[in-house]
Amino acid sequence: MSPARDEPRSVRWESGLEIRPVYGPRELRESGGDQGIGVPGEPPFTRGIHPFMYRARPFTMRQYSGFGTAAETRERFRFLIENGNTGLNVAFDLPTQCGLDSDDPMAQGEVGRVGMAVDTLADMEQAFDEIPLNEITVSLTINGSALAIMAMYFAMARKRGYDLATLRGTAQNDILKEFIGRGTWIFPVEPSIKLVGDTLEFCARNAPKYNPVSVCGYHIRESGADPAQEMAYALAIALAYVEHALERGLDVDRVAAGLTFNFDIHGNLWEQVAKFRAGRRLWARLLADRYGATDPRALKLRMIAGGGGGGLTIEQPENNIVRGAYYALASALSGTQTMALCSFDEAYTIPSEAAAKLSLRTMQLLVHEIGLCDTVDPLAGSYFVETTTNEMEAKIVSLLTALEEEGGIVRGVAEGRVQAEVSRKAYERERRVESGEVAKVGVNVFREEDEDRREVEFHAYREEEALVQIERLNTLRERRDGAAVAGALERLRADARAGRNTMPAALDAVEAYATVGEVCGALRDVYGTYREPIRF
Amino acid sequence: MSASSPQRVLIAKPGLDGHDVGAKIVCRALMEAGVEVVYTGLRRSPEAIAEAAVAEDVDVVGLSILSGAHEPLTAKVIAALDGAGGPRPEVIVGGNIPAGDREALVALGVSEVFPTSTPLATIVEFVRTRGKA
Repeated sequence: MSPARDEPRSVRWESGLEIRPVYGPRELRESGGDQGIGVPGEPPFTRGIHPFMYRARPFTMRQYSGFGTAAETRERFRFLIENGNTGLNVAFDLPTQCGLDSDDPMAQGEVGRVGMAVDTLADMEQAFDEIPLNEITVSLTINGSALAIMAMYFAMARKRGYDLATLRGTAQNDILKEFIGRGTWIFPVEPSIKLVGDTLEFCARNAPKYNPVSVCGYHIRESGADPAQEMAYALAIALAYVEHALERGLDVDRVAAGLTFNFDIHGNLWEQVAKFRAGRRLWARLLADRYGATDPRALKLRMIAGGGGGGLTIEQPENNIVRGAYYALASALSGTQTMALCSFDEAYTIPSEAAAKLSLRTMQLLVHEIGLCDTVDPLAGSYFVETTTNEMEAKIVSLLTALEEEGGIVRGVAEGRVQAEVSRKAYERERRVESGEVAKVGVNVFREEDEDRREVEFHAYREEEALVQIERLNTLRERRDGAAVAGALERLRADARAGRNTMPAALDAVEAYATVGEVCGALRDVYGTYREPIRF
Repeated sequence: MSASSPQRVLIAKPGLDGHDVGAKIVCRALMEAGVEVVYTGLRRSPEAIAEAAVAEDVDVVGLSILSGAHEPLTAKVIAALDGAGGPRPEVIVGGNIPAGDREALVALGVSEVFPTSTPLATIVEFVRTRGKA
């Protein structure tokens, strides 16, 4: 017997919004009306940050990639660019991300495994050899050791003749979220924020086109936060960096113009759309109302979206191809500037060339075949979308208010309360997936029992490449000007101790071929190491 | 272990992998089931994990590894545990572990492998019925 047609089931989004079966003018009015919809390209940017959005320029396609040595990664970069990738998003291995050299005892077994191994400027030079940095913008997924890696990128670009004043690109460099999820922190919370401030200040003065920070709701969502929390925490983190920069006397418009965002997309499509439209509006309003920002470049929430690793499943991995396409659709409907998809094999391995290409083709299909770029913000004016955008905004505001009443994001992270809340949500969700309350196709519905016999292609980790990398490092250590390295590192320590900006000394150090481990080691000498608060 | 005392488990993150969602979910599930859980936090060296296992007198050590480095890291932790003397706690491994790597881990001395998407009840049940070798 089929269920009665006049009895709709109840629908509740992860963020807690109750969804009605039908939306009309009354629901929109009750949620706050259509005042916030506005015009694309104008504050508060609900409909998108550019007047013509994809009609003028489609989103940048920036697949995340990197593994093994710089030479191997260079080949993958070349492959992606040949297939239409319009930007690069670099994955670094864990030793690099944690500020350790490839021959550090803690690095054993991890060199080049989950990303490209970088020890010195020489690796950076090799990875980007012949890639036109003015045409292909590069995003560096680096956080704890961002000072060293950004310095290497700048040094490499300068050696190649690019002017920092016009250099474009992005560093992730969002350390606060690393304490919540992802975990590649190095230094304690306060000096970590100070280092982010050093890059903000350096770029505001010397590399104004470069985005020194990409605030990541993404990894907070991946760690368990619901979509409203993802946006609330991301905005709170971004504002924490703004406040730090203001304390240092920087101009709010210049600093905020260097901040970009990285968001997750998995889950309910409409919930993501509402999250982004509400988030854009809030960012513009918060910056203007609280900090008096006026430059449109500062007020625009620029973002990368499309990835949602937490939504992918090991079970029936081909389903991830379809999920990727829906995530891409959701991201385009949300007005993202840059898109990167998780490849279908990413739930268990580093993407194969074929899988990475399929991700690219998925995005290209949207742009070239499906008509996603035909008009700006096609969902605008929908009673449903506008009402839920209003409700999502109210939800995010209430989360931000609660967070501020508890002492703010920095204290919440330092005390481990934010991490505990996010991991509580992850546990709750896992239980709901296990009980079937949250459906996952192939996992708790339409499951197949022959999962173990599935043939999947695994990325082969080549241990010999680690030895090649260590050999390369040792040769370089012998050849470089040891006195220049030692002098620059000593100055770096002195500047860190005195509270001066550390970027100039870091640049000198990496130009003399100081290693990631040496630069981060010098800072460890001064700042110490983060001690994780264990709290459930 | 005696029947009256609750199981004690150390959940550890060896190596540099920062993905701790799964480890923390398993911690919570075990706690809810009445198991006493100690969580190391991220980036623990094999020696630090062995030290904690001895100091906390745990019955089981659960390693969570999602970076792909499960074989070298597990080998080092087991060597450190063996070097610590006394009865060795059982070692279980969870995370992003391909089915084909299970045997190699068992050969290293791992009691059981719980790859991503293992039901929590399976892990809880296993831990509650096992103890020091």
